[in-house]
Amino acid sequence: MPKKEWIRKVLVIGSGPIVIGQAAEFDYAGTQACRVLKEEGLEVVLVNSNPATIMTDTNIADKVYLEPLTVESIERIIARERPDSLLAGLGGQTGLNMAMELDERGILEKYNVQLLGTKIDAIRRAEDREDFKNMMLAIGEPCIDSVRRTRSSCARSARTACAPPACTKT
Amino acid sequence: MHENLIEKSVAGWKEIEYEVIRDGAGNCITVCNMENFDPVGVHTGDSIVVAPTQTLRDGEAYMLRHAALNIISALGIEGGCNVQFALDPNSMKYYVIEVNPRVSRSSALASKATGYPIAKVTTRIALGYTLDEIANGVTGCTCACAEPTVDYIVLKFPRWPFDKFVYADKHIGTKMKATGEIMAISTNFESALLKAVRSLETGMDSLAVPALEALSDEALEKQLHEINTERAFVVAECLRRGMDIAHVFDVTRIDVWFLKKIQNIVEMEQALRLLGSADKLDRAMLLDAKKMGMCDRAIARFVCSDEMTIRAMRREMNILPAFRKVDTCGGEFEAVSPYFYSVYGGATEAFPSGHKTVVVLGSGPIRIGQGIEFDYCSVHCVWALKRAGFDTVIINNNPETVSTDFDTADRLYFEPLTPEDVWNILEIEQPVGVVCQFGGQTAIKLAKAVRQGGYAILGTDLSDIDAAEDRELFNQLLASLGIPQPKGTTVFTADEAAAAAKALGYPVLVRPSYVLGGQGMEIAYDEKHIREYMDIINLNVQEHPILVDKYLLGREIEVDAICDGENVLIPGIMEHIERAGIHSGDSISVYPPQHLAPRIQRMVTDYTVSIARSLHVKGLVNIQFIEYAGDLYIIEVNPRSSRTVPYISKVTGIPIVELGVRASLGEKVPAMGFGTGLYPPAPTVAVKMPVFSFEKLNEVEVALGPEMKSTGEALGLAETAEEAYLKGFASTKMAIPRPEEGGVLFAIADHDKREALGLAETFASLGFDIYATTGTAHMFNHNYVGAQPVPRPGEDTDALAKLFDSGKIRLIITTPTHGRDPLRAGFRLRRMAVEYGIACITSIDTAKLLMKCVKMGSKDVPPLGLHDLVL
Amino acid sequence: MATLILEDGSRFEGTLFGHKQPATGEVVFMTGMSGYQEMLTDPAYRGQIVCMTYPLIGNVGVNDLDFESGCVQVSGLVVSELCELPSNWQMKKTLDEFLDEQGVTGICGVDTRALTRHIRDNGVMRGRIVAGEATEEDIAACRAFSLHGEAIEASCRERHDVSTAGDVRIAVLDLGMKRSLTNWIVRRGAQVTVFPALTGAQEILLSGCDGVLISAGPGNPEDYPQIVETVKALMAAKPVMGVGLGHLLMALASGCRVERMRFGHHGGNQPVKDLAAGTCAVTSQSHLYAVSGDALPEGVRVSHINWNDRSIEGLVYEGRDAFSVQFIPSGLGGPFDTTALFDNFLKTVRANREKAGV
Repeated sequence: MPKKEWIRKVLVIGSGPIVIGQAAEFDYAGTQACRVLKEEGLEVVLVNSNPATIMTDTNIADKVYLEPLTVESIERIIARERPDSLLAGLGGQTGLNMAMELDERGILEKYNVQLLGTKIDAIRRAEDREDFKNMMLAIGEPCIDSVRRTRSSCARSARTACAPPACTKT
Repeated sequence: MHENLIEKSVAGWKEIEYEVIRDGAGNCITVCNMENFDPVGVHTGDSIVVAPTQTLRDGEAYMLRHAALNIISALGIEGGCNVQFALDPNSMKYYVIEVNPRVSRSSALASKATGYPIAKVTTRIALGYTLDEIANGVTGCTCACAEPTVDYIVLKFPRWPFDKFVYADKHIGTKMKATGEIMAISTNFESALLKAVRSLETGMDSLAVPALEALSDEALEKQLHEINTERAFVVAECLRRGMDIAHVFDVTRIDVWFLKKIQNIVEMEQALRLLGSADKLDRAMLLDAKKMGMCDRAIARFVCSDEMTIRAMRREMNILPAFRKVDTCGGEFEAVSPYFYSVYGGATEAFPSGHKTVVVLGSGPIRIGQGIEFDYCSVHCVWALKRAGFDTVIINNNPETVSTDFDTADRLYFEPLTPEDVWNILEIEQPVGVVCQFGGQTAIKLAKAVRQGGYAILGTDLSDIDAAEDRELFNQLLASLGIPQPKGTTVFTADEAAAAAKALGYPVLVRPSYVLGGQGMEIAYDEKHIREYMDIINLNVQEHPILVDKYLLGREIEVDAICDGENVLIPGIMEHIERAGIHSGDSISVYPPQHLAPRIQRMVTDYTVSIARSLHVKGLVNIQFIEYAGDLYIIEVNPRSSRTVPYISKVTGIPIVELGVRASLGEKVPAMGFGTGLYPPAPTVAVKMPVFSFEKLNEVEVALGPEMKSTGEALGLAETAEEAYLKGFASTKMAIPRPEEGGVLFAIADHDKREALGLAETFASLGFDIYATTGTAHMFNHNYVGAQPVPRPGEDTDALAKLFDSGKIRLIITTPTHGRDPLRAGFRLRRMAVEYGIACITSIDTAKLLMKCVKMGSKDVPPLGLHDLVL
Repeated sequence: MATLILEDGSRFEGTLFGHKQPATGEVVFMTGMSGYQEMLTDPAYRGQIVCMTYPLIGNVGVNDLDFESGCVQVSGLVVSELCELPSNWQMKKTLDEFLDEQGVTGICGVDTRALTRHIRDNGVMRGRIVAGEATEEDIAACRAFSLHGEAIEASCRERHDVSTAGDVRIAVLDLGMKRSLTNWIVRRGAQVTVFPALTGAQEILLSGCDGVLISAGPGNPEDYPQIVETVKALMAAKPVMGVGLGHLLMALASGCRVERMRFGHHGGNQPVKDLAAGTCAVTSQSHLYAVSGDALPEGVRVSHINWNDRSIEGLVYEGRDAFSVQFIPSGLGGPFDTTALFDNFLKTVRANREKAGV
């Protein structure tokens, strides 16, 4: 299968600042991703608020936005840069959450940005506790009742609640 | 955070993970399987993990593999995925515990463990390629649809922050607490474990821990029942005392296979101890000890000798390590990859390249105070050296980083960063120089060993490094340059410290020398406090003295500079928002400075040039100052790159690491194209804000102080300072408070109450309800700022908890009194803030900045790309 | 102290375990990280001294489940570290004890990576494990060693039923098969009868089978001309599926050429591409011979290719209901990602029965 010919400009979402549970591994993953994209001749726009990373370097990505990883901020970047695709799977849980929110709020559709890699509904199926359990049952894979559902559920509830603490990371 | 607990029914079961990958055509393979040393119940991030699985029959391993592939297919994942199982150790029953439908921490480990670059392949899959279309860069002749097979064992050991957070709860469970990890590769479990222990940089080089050796049998038995970060060492101590493997298994449910391996190590230790002296050590036993992964230093200790004697003996007996390649295929194909690990016994595959080579020492595991910034520096250093025409070698042991991507340097050695291990590699590589200034304290501490081995250091000389790090030498240097520093002295004992503090006048700053991240640094306000501090510090034998300095409450300033020995370029001056007393890594840092008088900036420049020159810096230097009462004082000089280098490079457009490397290679700064002296400030403002992980760590003091606590950082970049502050807060997920969201609670130490009053007044005028704890409320109300009194923890913890739970409090501003003791009310209040998810600020200066943003109101600040900066 | 000596004079030091008597065989390396018991009892390894590339062997001991035949088939085993205290709930004895009981020699403490690289670079060669130092005589013994007719030796002696329940009847021609080979077709409702290697085609056809499975096994396919004839006859009469050695014999029966590889494929990670579907799967393999890609006769089409070295992994025989694969779809040891091939086979068999109006 040849690569998807219509991809020209990819927006990559990084994982933000280092916290316990989501650390350097995403700089490594993100850097590898950006390098592959450039090897393929694509234009790479990167958004990641973490300035300590190797990936947020102008020799790794063509355009680097050291901007907050919030939906509002990313929408502004999408509006300005008009990428045709979004790669969020190398940005840890942060990247995934951003992708899902952008999709939920219709921003990806509005600007005609395709999500590369695992589709949104596949991510949802894996992250939603009920859906996941049902799917496991359907394929005959036993899963324990209290399947660990950590960051995603916390992240999503924190988004809608009052400001999360300055001292914490989600 | 609402962590679901693991059911009792799978407690004690084996925890097995699979990293799987699938493309758009449905082809899927497993990259790696892993087995946790700790049974189910401990987060994989906090477990010791081995790859591949060791105690599974083929049928069990392939049953789970089949399940993992089923799952990834059913989910329709296109890319990488991590699946975790609980496997009954006594039947074929299993359960799926967790699925991460994306690249994760385990993916980084799996990639480094097998050489299969999961992120790269995932990206190509996202672009539409199928696994059979993607080449394997390691072998050069196979493709991504071949499952890696390995001919070694990989061991991952977590790195916890508890050497820093002494009172923290060291139990590990389903909530991850580790900040980072290391990986060790070998051909047997024992040596992988011992290599791992050395790689952690916690001062250990064997499984013998004095604190555990000192425990009574009852206390030790009790420890065995605890699930904490010491587990592997507790097991070792139990086995050392002759406890039955069966009993240890009964208590811990750690598989007998692992326990036997630990017993092997302990038995070797005993055998060595029985010898009594080095001359009784024969070749056979020494070779066995080396094959088992024991380092010379540990062997020396066991036979009552010293490291150099054992080393000499060993080399005379021709017991030398061999280096093998990681090739993803178990030797089936010749690998073109240059990725090595060491073993004893066996043929070597690493040979001198014959080209001019430079070895770069990496920064080890991610920990508070030494994070990914140093990996940035190491990698940029490698790139600069490559451009300069050298063959580059990286030595590092962190599987999470770009530096240990085999693609980064010409050759990668995945090894511990200790003198012995480094010498082994230098001997093969015969470098023209070794770089020690880009790997944080890890690398700088190895400078002496590098010189001892007879190799050249590329960059600032060892003697100059010492001049910066040794207190006496440093004082003399500053005195000779006429540069003021806070008065201070060096001490070793608590009595000396108390006397010194009295002479200087409290408050004083105390810390060990030769550390990073302000480790062990504190402000002592009275004698009781300083004695308490000295007792804790001296629990570990200190090779270097403790520094006691007068604490000056001023504005902190920081620079990174490039020097060729004579000419100095300063890319920018950074100003800290928080006053002295809060570690620079935890402070909000602003560039260009917003409040520094031109006179002070000139002085900063002049002092920087003086110091860099007199230290003959060839490369980078980081200097921290305090502006106090109109004067400028030096507080610290680090003859190496610092954690601010990456961000300053990006916002100034000056490739600081590259210039530093060029300077250390002999190029002159004026020829580099950026001039000398202080570089003209950028037209934009960059605000770097720290990010913390307090909700992950129980019982850790949240208040900021001189010892660094942040795990990471985020940036706010904008055309004006105000906009940059807004973006900075947004990047750290600190939403700007609005009055309708709740009130502000003040709990302020006496020495800050006056300033806090002003803040409270302003918040009140903006419509916020003001709350305050008893003492603070009293003072506020007395000064006509209405504050609802709130009980402190201990006075009425329930009422306080109810208040926090009610959502009435939006923000807490609190400053600590002093001490590390977890019982103090302020400490408890701050912990409760974390538990209830209420934003908590512990410095008046940070609060003032936040206030500025509150006044600004919400604002849509346009994005600013690095490519937009006109620099 | 013991030595593994190769016919080219190369020596590898180690320590004896198991039976501890001299042993000679063809030295191959196996890259699977698990499955040593399955491998040791797999008749396809008969006559071979197998070097495990994975350095920690014997971790789960030996149990009653993982026997792929009634006894250890290899001539010798070479490992790096032999596990002293294995651990697994199914374990019945240690690997050392097992090999001793079975009269097979092992050598441990060997630099298996160096050995693997040597074989990789120089090709599979004969070797001998001896106590102490090795001599010129040992090298001569290596060179004198040869493999002939292993498949016949490894095969069962008498026809027997594996399963009598099912709507179709499959005959298996046993060329030294792994027991687990038939698990999948039994589970999918087939009656299975196993026949010794030298059984004639007539006898098999007269048994009333609806399809034939030609099993895997050890040795050089060109050593069995009479079995090739049997296979030819079977292919003309019934749907036939072949795996491993069976694939090679079906290829020979159809006019293909077979060649010896430098070191073959022995492991559980071999990527195989299904040319029709365009997809790739991971497979378990152990073979030293492969169908030559030069001058494939008319009517024989390549269906599968090894994606590492592009060697032929599967053939379809046009005009007949016959296909064969070089790899072992049933895995164990190793992956069983391609068991759909058994489904396809049974589908064809059932469709055939219907057509024949049975």
